[in-house]
Amino acid sequence: MGEQAPIAIVLAPLFGALLIAFVGIRFKALCLPVTLGALTVSLAATIETFRTVLSEGEFIYLISGWERLGEGKGISIGIEYRVDAISALVLLVIAAVSLLVAVYSRTRVVAETPDRIPYYYMLYLLLVAGLAGMTITNDAFNLFVLLEISSLTSYALIAVGSRRAVLSAFNYVIMGTIGASFYLLGVGYLYIKTGVLNMEDIHAVIVANDLAESPSIQVAFVLILMAVWIKMAFFPLHAWLPNAYSYSPTTTGALMAPLVTKVMIYIMIRMMVTVFGLDYAFRATLGMPFNWSNLVVSLSSIAIVAGSVMALSRRDLKKMLSYIIIAEVGYMVGGAWLANERGMTGAVYHIVNDAFMTLCLFLAVGVFIARTGDPRIAGMNGLFKKMPITMAAFTIGALSMIGLPPTCGFFSKWYLVGGGIEAGQWHFVGALLFSSLVNAVIFFRIFEIAYFPKELSDPAPECTDPDAAPVATLQRTPLSMSLPLWISAIALIGLGIFNHTITQWIGSALGSLKFFPPAG
Amino acid sequence: MEFVEQFIVPKFNYWIYVVLMMIGMHAMIAKNNFFKKLIGMAIFQTAIILFYVSIGVKEGANIPILDHHMMPGEVHANDPVIAAKFTNPLPHVLMLTAIVVSVATLGLALAISQKIYREYGTLEEDDILSQIKLEPND
Repeated sequence: MGEQAPIAIVLAPLFGALLIAFVGIRFKALCLPVTLGALTVSLAATIETFRTVLSEGEFIYLISGWERLGEGKGISIGIEYRVDAISALVLLVIAAVSLLVAVYSRTRVVAETPDRIPYYYMLYLLLVAGLAGMTITNDAFNLFVLLEISSLTSYALIAVGSRRAVLSAFNYVIMGTIGASFYLLGVGYLYIKTGVLNMEDIHAVIVANDLAESPSIQVAFVLILMAVWIKMAFFPLHAWLPNAYSYSPTTTGALMAPLVTKVMIYIMIRMMVTVFGLDYAFRATLGMPFNWSNLVVSLSSIAIVAGSVMALSRRDLKKMLSYIIIAEVGYMVGGAWLANERGMTGAVYHIVNDAFMTLCLFLAVGVFIARTGDPRIAGMNGLFKKMPITMAAFTIGALSMIGLPPTCGFFSKWYLVGGGIEAGQWHFVGALLFSSLVNAVIFFRIFEIAYFPKELSDPAPECTDPDAAPVATLQRTPLSMSLPLWISAIALIGLGIFNHTITQWIGSALGSLKFFPPAG
Repeated sequence: MEFVEQFIVPKFNYWIYVVLMMIGMHAMIAKNNFFKKLIGMAIFQTAIILFYVSIGVKEGANIPILDHHMMPGEVHANDPVIAAKFTNPLPHVLMLTAIVVSVATLGLALAISQKIYREYGTLEEDDILSQIKLEPND
């Protein structure tokens, strides 16, 4: 069993989805247990894989046992899965978050999409399978297929929501297809030049034949970069994200917001580290008077500032959080491109932290909307008194987003700021601090409304949009909603306290890489 | 004329795919009607399939099937296998998957636009946006 753990991570949700297709359509009550069971198996397999990585380091799993051909390392002829400390960490995040959101979905899915329960859980499991597969695969084309699996399911998961959600799903289809097609095209150019599809082999061929100067490889690099930027909603390619996340059903938002953008950032790091190599990624200039590192870090600074400013002006809770995600994407992209180990460590650590911060906030907002029926920030009037426990969890999430110790948001931001100073990218440091300040303003404004209730001038939010409002407001928060919320809030503190261990894991995977000397 | 001979004629497959891709992308971004956007999407994806299929082709090569059903004692026609005699099957196989993916995307997008039509009564983007403007927004 232990050896087969890597494939079980992907196969468990995939077969779970098939099982729901056969059984769940007849017996609706079985959908959630099957989902939970499949995700638990996936989580167990992930933990097993993680332990293997901890004891043995990076390893490769050959699907169907297709051995590599040729002498030395040889050329791969089958599809491989490759796990190192970073991908194991991301896999753990995917498995944990999807299981927590599945528990959370118990009452929400029944309330919001009562006639589509089996289809919803089927898509849910397929999305998790796609994301996990993208993280673990070592094959560039296999990554495209899994990318499309996760994209198609997420379009559908958004479209089951309200009237506005359908429209945002359509825009997401258009943007997402452009992104995925760019990726496919990039892989095509890599294939023309190298003749292989395995990521490590592509890198080996590029290095062995000195192809770095080849225009085809440079075109492939730009296309793949554009593709992952569209998919991760890197400003200014973010337009699909806010509406898609804020109008979708509660569970969809809570699943996609922590995972989809974060997995895409992992894919970007993977492309930089494994396929093109850091040396190539940071130095390739296409004959222009800038290098990639400076350009991308500047773009990320703009993304951080723009995301924060747009978040500040929103009155809808989920939309405000969506714009904060866009700013956070800027953090991670910038950190990865700072071209030093500290920045890269911060970026990977922030992937983990941001997944749990976003999860905590989206789960809390889901509870608020389920209880009050009001998606606006103003609807949080006096909530500390009404639901103190949920509000406490929300506070932990918000403090982590601002970056206060001992929550994990502080420590990853510390690494990012440190990396920025080391690289001499002062605008990035400034953007990070600015964004922290804006987050503080946003969240303390919410705390004020929630702690000191005010008489509202327009106290009738129910009749604003009959389609967008949840079906019925709950009197009590069910345990299935509060438990995942609290686990995610505790995880935020836990990830902060064990920051040294986590950064050491990340460092063990990054240790062998050669980083660019600090930009002068 | 020299430009045409050097850059267009020997690489015409790439030119065709780029032109097709740009037509598709223009339709996806600039067209007002959602069905026209989807037709653009189909053209866009087909252009990439054309690109992949064309890179597997070799001059004077045959379909990649090895003949194992020879009479005993006969010299094996394909032995040893000469790669230059066969087209590269891998890009074609990859495109089988990509075609399935693009069909699935198109089907899903059609289903979504059907749902949009039921909700808004139109598939023109302008009309839908003006309807949304009348609704309360954040």
